[in-house]
Amino acid sequence: MKKLKNIEDKIIPIVFFATLILIWEMVSRIEIVPTYILPAPTTIIKTLITTMPKLMEHAYITAMEAVVGFIISIIFAMIIAISMDSIPVVRKAIYPLIITSQTIPIITIAPLFAIWFGFGYLPKIVIVVLVCFFPITLSLLEGLSSVETELLNLIKSMGASKIELYKIVKIPAALPSFFSGLKISATYSIMGATIGEWVGGKNGLGVYMMRVKQSFATDKVFAVIIVITLLSVMILKLISFIEKKSMPWIYGNKK
Amino acid sequence: MNKIEISNVTKKFGSLHTLDNVCIDLEQNQFVTILGPSGSGKSTLFNIIAGLLKPDEGRVLIEGEDYTSKTGRVSYMHQKDLLLPWKNILENVCVPLVLKGSSKVEAEKKALEYFKLFGLAGFEKSYPNQLSGGMRQRAALLRTYLFSNDIMLLDEPFGGLDAMTKQKMQQWVLEVFKNLKSSILFITHDIDEAIFLSDKIYVFSERPASVKAEFEVNIPRPRDNDTLTSTQFNEMKKKILKLF
Repeated sequence: MKKLKNIEDKIIPIVFFATLILIWEMVSRIEIVPTYILPAPTTIIKTLITTMPKLMEHAYITAMEAVVGFIISIIFAMIIAISMDSIPVVRKAIYPLIITSQTIPIITIAPLFAIWFGFGYLPKIVIVVLVCFFPITLSLLEGLSSVETELLNLIKSMGASKIELYKIVKIPAALPSFFSGLKISATYSIMGATIGEWVGGKNGLGVYMMRVKQSFATDKVFAVIIVITLLSVMILKLISFIEKKSMPWIYGNKK
Repeated sequence: MNKIEISNVTKKFGSLHTLDNVCIDLEQNQFVTILGPSGSGKSTLFNIIAGLLKPDEGRVLIEGEDYTSKTGRVSYMHQKDLLLPWKNILENVCVPLVLKGSSKVEAEKKALEYFKLFGLAGFEKSYPNQLSGGMRQRAALLRTYLFSNDIMLLDEPFGGLDAMTKQKMQQWVLEVFKNLKSSILFITHDIDEAIFLSDKIYVFSERPASVKAEFEVNIPRPRDNDTLTSTQFNEMKKKILKLF
């Protein structure tokens, strides 16, 4: 019975999704909506295949910017979160600043970065860092401070130093929360890089997207959207994989 | 010389007067229990003995040396097992040894000698969440033992277990410590448990906690289920109940 229900759980969303695509295909084929506004899914797939080499070139640049920015954010987040957690004065000083900085819509300051850092990779990476840094820092901070006082006291009573306390207790305890922050930021990283590229540059999916948009090649715009989505999913899957490997006590111990 | 000597310890948290002039002695190989109502500051006393809190007045002597607000000499076991979920049982019980500077290999070798005695054999590589409550407490007890095998502070270690498991664990503790030669300071609010396990009982008053009465428990060892219904046991229990 249970197995049957599992199959049902999988089939229902697939059928629903396929129906939506089918309706879209029909709407486009009988030109209820003109094809230059809404190209048919089959056309999009065809375009995706024919423009694949070009898309790959741009995707590589965007992915590179996103990954570099993402890694820099992780390093920053670790330094800031650990110092905020261990030194109360730092926490009090920085916390409001971090929160406030996040209320600024990133797209509004992207042009500013183009002025400051030019049209190369740097402004894109800066934007990725800005969007990714916040969720990673906050989730890590939350994880670090989630440890029970009693547990900390116990390990302290065994003579653990502050560094040992982080190594043995705080950092492993923060991992689940840290990874949920990473997963949120992972999708932001590709988005951040793309927004950075919209403002200007030579390469990247965002640049390419602007170019094909100007020539009303809607099918190509859709193809870019698919590639961006796939990139995000890939990064997300990679992080889930690392998450499972690094927390065997939660996901079963296959060593 | 006493293993632990607590003299005139007083502690206030702001306006909250928690401990008032507490004096307690723990002799070699003794099992001493502090019996008192919940929230009477028993755990605060343990934090002071472990060196995590500084008393406002008074001193903590361990084997004649002043250990007031110094950590690293004695550790305690809590009502919650407080095992690290991300370490397997073997790694968990090795934590105190590694903190003291042993290599991982040395620590594991030493710890493994006790797995059978503590009823944990075969579960070395299991994570805490794969074990029953009773087993987790035994692992926590082994960790405490490996940290300071001569003196152990046990803070309501069986408080979170169901009555039947608790009874079994008490029997087991008596059995194990007959062989291990540790001096034990034990906290509980369970009168039966106190009488069953101890050589000496200190009864604490409500907050601010001070020693209200002191009893020597002269029930012969080994003790078993029959002890719980013996005349001596009941007389002792009557005497203690009069205080509340």
